[in-house]
Amino acid sequence: MVRIVTEPIDIPMILESLGDPSAGGIDLFVGTTRNHSRGKKVLALEYEAYLPMALNQMQEIADGARKKWDIRNVSIVHRIGRVDIGEASVVIGVSATHRNEAFEACRYCIDTLKKVVPIWKKEFFVDGEAWVGPQGGDQ
Amino acid sequence: MIAVNVKLFAVARDLAGREELTLSLPRESSVSDLVEALVHRYPRLEEWKRYLRCALNHQYISSDQILREGDEVAIIPPVSGG
Repeated sequence: MVRIVTEPIDIPMILESLGDPSAGGIDLFVGTTRNHSRGKKVLALEYEAYLPMALNQMQEIADGARKKWDIRNVSIVHRIGRVDIGEASVVIGVSATHRNEAFEACRYCIDTLKKVVPIWKKEFFVDGEAWVGPQGGDQ
Repeated sequence: MIAVNVKLFAVARDLAGREELTLSLPRESSVSDLVEALVHRYPRLEEWKRYLRCALNHQYISSDQILREGDEVAIIPPVSGG
């Protein structure tokens, strides 16, 4: 399941979508919004997507994970619009027969999403707002 | 000349002050020629120029790809999803 939503991400629904009788485990990554960025206090965040391309890229990531690892199901859901501090902005879930594949595929999905999917984050500070710029290692 | 449609997002859209525009470019222009023309028209994009990527038909394209009449190119500033 690959989706971009404007409402809070329904994590139980994602878990349900991953279920498979042959799976031995589900790995779930929940990315949440931080209250600080580069030493400044962040009040809120807003995400924007180039929707058709973002969905396309997310599907390619999911398909890529299925090709690279022996996994059962994979779901990638990103939220856009305003997201309050501490809420989930992205959820990746992978079910697999064995946990190793689930962990590795999940990490591949979130790492690749952060590099290629056309979604942008704007941070709101006490004294203004700014789009997040080019990022280094810890994204 | 060829006409290329350009879509702008996030910081690129804010700095240019518009979401879409059409650029007239000489035939055989590449993606990097398009970015140069765009920055020439909207100088505030200069500081982001080296970070801009472009997409055609929802796929990233390399900067030396040659553009054709009617192409719709999306300007993708550094992504920050997650």
